[in-house]
Formats: sequence, structure tokens, C-alpha cells
Amino acid sequence: MRNFARRIYIALIIIFLYAPIGTLMVLSFNASKSRAKWGGFTFKWYAELFQNDAILQALWNTLAIALLSSLIATLIGTVACIALQNMKKRNRAIVLGITNIPMLNAEIVTGISLMLLFIVLGIQFGFFTILLAHITFNIPYVILSVMPRMKQLNPSTYEAALDLGASPLQAFFKVTFPDLLPGILSGFLMAFTMSLDDFIITHFTKGPGIDTLSTKIYTEVKKGIKPEMYALSTLIFVTVLILLLLVNKTPKEKKN
Amino acid sequence: MNKKMLSLPYLFWCVAFIIIPLIMVFYYGLTDKTGAFTLENIAAIATPEHSKALWFSLLLSLISTVICLLLAYPLAMILSKMQVNQHSFIVLIFILPMWMNFLLRTIAWQTLLEKSGVINTLLDFLHLPALEIINTPYAIVLGMVYNFLPFMVLPIYNSLTKIDNNVINAARDLGADSFKTFTRIILPLSLPGVISGITMVFVPALTTFVISTLLGGSKILLIGNVIEQEFTVTNNWHLGSGLSIVLMIFIIVNMVLSLVFDKEGEGNAL
Amino acid sequence: MKNVLVNLEHISKSYDGQMILDDLNLYIRENEFLTLLGPSGCGKTTTLRILGGFEQPDTGRVVFEDKDITNLPANKRQLNTVFQKYALFTHMNIAENIAFGLKIKNKSKAYIDDKIKYALKLVNLDGYEKRMPDSLSGGQQQRIAIARAIVNEPKLLLLDEPLGALDLKLRQDMQYELIRLKNELGITFIYVTHDQEEALTMSDTIVVMNQGYIQQIGSPERIYNEPENAFVADFIGESNIIGATMITDRLVEILGARFACVDEGFGENKPVDVVIRPEDVELVKPEEGTISGVVSHIIFKGVHYEMEVQANGFEWLVHSTRMFPVGTSVGIKVDPFNIQIMNKPESEDEEATKLDE
Repeated sequence: MRNFARRIYIALIIIFLYAPIGTLMVLSFNASKSRAKWGGFTFKWYAELFQNDAILQALWNTLAIALLSSLIATLIGTVACIALQNMKKRNRAIVLGITNIPMLNAEIVTGISLMLLFIVLGIQFGFFTILLAHITFNIPYVILSVMPRMKQLNPSTYEAALDLGASPLQAFFKVTFPDLLPGILSGFLMAFTMSLDDFIITHFTKGPGIDTLSTKIYTEVKKGIKPEMYALSTLIFVTVLILLLLVNKTPKEKKN
Repeated sequence: MNKKMLSLPYLFWCVAFIIIPLIMVFYYGLTDKTGAFTLENIAAIATPEHSKALWFSLLLSLISTVICLLLAYPLAMILSKMQVNQHSFIVLIFILPMWMNFLLRTIAWQTLLEKSGVINTLLDFLHLPALEIINTPYAIVLGMVYNFLPFMVLPIYNSLTKIDNNVINAARDLGADSFKTFTRIILPLSLPGVISGITMVFVPALTTFVISTLLGGSKILLIGNVIEQEFTVTNNWHLGSGLSIVLMIFIIVNMVLSLVFDKEGEGNAL
Repeated sequence: MKNVLVNLEHISKSYDGQMILDDLNLYIRENEFLTLLGPSGCGKTTTLRILGGFEQPDTGRVVFEDKDITNLPANKRQLNTVFQKYALFTHMNIAENIAFGLKIKNKSKAYIDDKIKYALKLVNLDGYEKRMPDSLSGGQQQRIAIARAIVNEPKLLLLDEPLGALDLKLRQDMQYELIRLKNELGITFIYVTHDQEEALTMSDTIVVMNQGYIQQIGSPERIYNEPENAFVADFIGESNIIGATMITDRLVEILGARFACVDEGFGENKPVDVVIRPEDVELVKPEEGTISGVVSHIIFKGVHYEMEVQANGFEWLVHSTRMFPVGTSVGIKVDPFNIQIMNKPESEDEEATKLDE
């Protein structure tokens, strides 16, 4: 009985979280342009999606920014973690404190602060400014997922590698790096996801001529969102879902 | 290779893209268009229009935070007790929605909440009164809870799974019933997660302008909407920065509180 | 004979189809120091958790002072547990930790304060009331865990490998401490460990377990000197376990040579196992021994020399204060009292020895 209640509760929360997603999927097959009524089933929007250059361009921008920013953030963040590990405790605490600012601060404040910076520096708003902004808010996610693994690292393994004749660089890449890899990967994925889903910071750091999917949707809100957008997001979501299911299906490494 | 050099790229990045931009906000917030020092932009929060928006934002974000906490704690308890050693699965459930654009997901609530929308059709079928909350503050609260619930669940779940089972057994062993075990052991030990969750929900809820725009109709202005308009519509960066500084005071108070309660940073969510 | 305090009757328990305890029967007397000893996975911790109320047996009854408490929840049982790794409440200071159980029972503040003082004195940590558990060493945390349990005046104290996390010296000190505590408090201790030395040092009664079965119950001396099967002999201390034939009462043939012994009733020409402890093997001149062999290996161990002697195709382990260099021909002699005859393992014991290999 108690177990039953628990299951119901989890199910309700999952319905709550996924109801909008289901709604969007249904809308992507809705022949009517209006969100409010069902006009019959159609694949029309999927076909038109691939004719819609504005949306495809926004998709391209979104993916390019997400990939580039998360890659660069992963690189900087991982190197930063190694450096942090070798720092004095006090300095490390200060740097980690600064690292947390973009995570704890309001996105709107991060957005306008970067906007002001780019204005003062006279950098032209566009792809590059969005990229810089995304790297900035992505780095903390990388550090946050690499740092714990860094702390668990047994320093003796690195020293053992040196003892067995590896150079510091070899020791790092053959011993330390594989240990950090799960943290680095999850940091990268986290950063990629955050970048993909970001609207607020992009909103303040993009120029007039460029759009990501988020900003495109936001400008469309008032005039009505094009159903192609539903089709696109359904495609993205289903792709990710399938990928994740595949990853989960592959034989798992035994933990503990 | 000098290990000290390794920290340089990141330190440079911190200074250039975190610290200097924040100084900019303070600079703009504390000067007028001629560059002279002024407190006017900050004092502007006291105007009826601004203070009403701030007050309203505080109210809605507090309500949302409380609702998130009430929903998330039992959920995290249930999840942490599930036998499956599926930490990744649980994280997945909450991260996966992020792969569908959050603006679209929020807009989808419009469809669900509309007068003749899915929910009302369902309610009608069950002979329950219709829910007319679209374009009201209730819809904004719902949007906040919807968007930020995962940020409450994950840190609480993390802190709950960290509690040694034997600590709970010890409490039982010493005579505590389920209720006392919860109030005296489980709850205090999960407090870091709770505090961290509160921070992570309260700040974005307080400062949002998107959810109010999408679900609140055009009439409801939150402090986030005011600041956003100063930057993108009115182009009064000084006033926008001044109001942001006021907003940051609340954020800083929140951060300090979370630091005091969560000294080891163990509640970090993701 | 003292009264029986707890009775475990026909207890069985399995997880995911794997049998952990199989029809276990055990009684514990008042004021006894009883140790459940065995390798990991032998069911000793599960037995303790069933006593503590953290697990329900699949079948069987737990009877405490003639009352069936099988379904009584942990918080209603008149016993307390000292957990592995202490399980102190890290968000409370030492005094609050110790007071926890008493506050639940709504004892008066004066009573609780008194009890805290008394308990801290008992575990030699007076003045630690305001410290936090994290600031204490492992040994100190262990004492607090004990203090937290005993202030509730349980009739029975369960200890789940409480010394496992401590280093050797501290472990030995704590062993004496526990014996002293038990004598001062006069309560029954049930102690779980995989450390045979710990068990031999502290217990009144040792229960040797393996694979969910009790292998032998007895006093430390009995368990050590008269192991009932090869598993017990092998698990407790070092020993020479040799396949042999019982010729007749008081005469056994080991490796082709006949040894006098004191056991009777095994029948004639019956295959048996014999256990001879290394310190009971006497090395003498070759012609004086029952059998003879050559020293193949020697290590100085401090108190004695540990030697291996090849004799009649068997490698004998010998502890002796006299040194015989490698290559020396020696004779082997064993006092009849020191030859322990055991029946060949039955099926379940066979399993048990297999695990150990």
C-alpha cells in the first residue's frame, strides 16, 4: 500500500515534468496552425521544417555554439581543476568561490554584465559574443563535475607512474586522465545541455542579425510559434532519448 | 611544465568574464549618463512601479520555492529509498526535459491550461470545476515550479543518499519511532541539500522575466521584466544596472545563508 | 546455570534467492559475552541485525525473556547496538548523541545529565560533552558509540565489528576496555567479528559460523583445542589438518605411522581428519620421533621459530622455541592429548571448507 502510494507520487511528478513535452510532440503533428485546436494528423511540419532556412540557421547556430563552448569550457575547466589541485588551500577557496558566481548569480545579471562588457570593449555583438558568454557559464559545470573526481584521485598512482619511468606528461595522460575521464565527460555533457537550453544569457549577448533556437522562439512568441519549431524540438528530443536508451542498453561496467 | 602556469588561462577568464563584468554593473549602476556618481539608479527601486514589481517577484518566488520544497522532499525521499542503484537514471529523468527547449516547454503549459485545453477537458470529464489560471500569477508560479523543481530534487536527493543507513538504524535502535527518526536525524542531516535547493530555486525564480512573459500575459511585471526592458527596450543601462544591484543584494543574502548552512559545499547539485 | 536471555529458534533468511541463514538455533544466557565468529558472508551480521530488529527472518522466532519479539520494531526492543563505523549523529555534539535515546524516553534533564557524565567517565572521555563527533579519533568515536548505547541500560548490547576500523594497538586496548565494561555493567554482550584473536580474547562463548550454518559453539579454549571440523580448525589459529585413519579407540594412523591419542568411539579403520596445532608438534632426534623428516623452511617470529618439516609426504607446520636449521633431519612426536580427531566433513561442511580454499 505504501509502495503503491510512492509509485503514484513518482508517476504524478513525472507526468508533471513530461506533460508539456508530450503536448509539444502532439502539436508537431497537428494540421491546424493554432495551438488551441486539433486539425487532424499531418507530417506537413516535418517536411516544411527542412525548407525553413531561418530555423535551420538557428539550429546550426545553436549546435555550433553549444559544441564549441562546451569543448572550450571542458578544456579550460579541466586544466583549471589540475591547477586548483596544486594550489594553496586559501587560494583554491577563493578561485572556487569566483567559479561559483555564474552558477549562483542570477542569469539576468550575468547576461547584462557581459552585455555591458562587450559594449565597453566595443566587440561587435554576434556569434562570437554568444560563444564567449556560453563558455563563461559552462566552465563552472565542468569544474563542478571534474573537481570531485580530482579529489578522489589517489596521488600515489601518479607517483607510481613516475616511479615506473613515465614522464610527468605521460603519467598524466596514461594514469590521471583516464581516472578523470568520467568526470570530464559528464561535465562536457552538462555544459552542452546547459548551452543548448540557454535563453537568458544569449538574449543579452546576441546581436540583431543572429538567432539561436531559444531567441528565435522568444521572438516568435507574440506572433505565434511556427509549428515547424515543434517538429524540430520533437526530433531533437526523440534523438536524444534514443541515444540515451542505447547507451543504457549497452552492457554496463560493474560499479563498486 | 610549471604547474602554476596551468591556472593562468582560467584565472584570466575569471577576471575578464566574471569579475570585470560585475564591476561594470556596479559602475553603471552607480553613475548617471554623464558618468557622475549617483545613487539615483538604486533609489529608483522605491518608485511605486519598481517596488511593486520587486515585492511581487519576492512573493511569487517565495511561494514557488516553498511549493518546490514540499513537492521535492518526499520525492527525494522515495527516490533515495528505491533499491535500484540507479543514480544516473534518476538524474536522467530530471535532465532529459532540458533537451526540449525550455521556452517551448513553458509555452506548452499555455496549451495545457487554456480554457478548453487538455487539463480543463480532463477536469470537466471528472466533473471538477475548470481551472482558469492562464495569464494569472498562479500560472507564473506553476511555470516556476515546473522549471525549477529539478534544482530542488537533485541536491536533496544527493544529501539523503549520503546518510549512512546505520545512522538511521542507530536512531531506531535508541528508541526513536519513524517520526522522531525523521525530525531529529534525517531532516537535520539533509539540511545542506535543502538549503542548496532553496538557493537554486529562489534565485532564478526571483529574477526570471521569461516565465512571466510566457505565462503571465502582458500585464504582470516582475523585477526581471523591468530590468530586461531597461536594457533591451528603453536602453537605460544605468537604471537597469542600479536595479540589478538591488536584486543582487537579495542574491548575496541568499548565497551567504547557503554558505553558512552548507560549509562543506556538499549540497552542490549536479 | 544462568537464565537464558535470548533464544533464536529455527531462523532462516535469504536475499534474492541466496540463503544467508539456514535454520539457525542459538540461545544466549544472561551476562554472557558471546561472539559470532566467521568469514564475511557467513551470516553473522545478518544474525545480529535480526536480533537488533533491522531485518525480519523469513522463518523462525526471536524470543527475548520468554516473549516473542520477532515482529517488534527496532525502536521497541530492550537492546542496543554499537554499529560498524560507529554511526554517530554528526550534526549533534557528544552530549546530544549520548542523550538521544534518553530524550526519546522523556527522561528528566537531571537524569540525562547524570547519565552523560557517568557514561563518559565509564569510557574514559570525561569533559568531551561539547565536542563534535568529527573532531574525535576513531577510537574515541567508538567509545562514544558504546556510551550512547549503554546509557539506555539495555539488557543486551549488540556489537557489530566495532573495532574493525581501528589500528592494531588501539584494537587491543579496546578489547580490554570492552571486557572491563562488560564486567562493570553486568549486561549481556553479543559481539560480531571475523577476527579470531579478538574472539578468543574476549568471549565466554564463541559461535563459529560459515555459509549460514553454525559450525561449533563453545568456550574459546574448547574451540581452539578441540575444533569439531576442519573449517573450525583452519579458521581458528594455524593448524596441521591431516587425513588419517582411526585404527581403533585411542590409536590413529597418520601418514602411515601410528600415533597414540585419547579419542574413543569413532569405530575401527574409520577415515577421519586430525588436527595438530603447530606448537604441539615436538621436534626430537630422528630416531626418537614417531615419524621423521627434514626441516625445509624456517622463519624467526619473535616468540618462537616457525618451521616447515617435510615428513611422510606432508608439510608439517611447527612452532618451537628451539631452532633447527634447514636440512636438519628431525623426528616428530605428538602428545596423545594434543591430537584432535574429527569426523570427515559431511556435505554441508564440505561446502564450508571449499569456500575457504
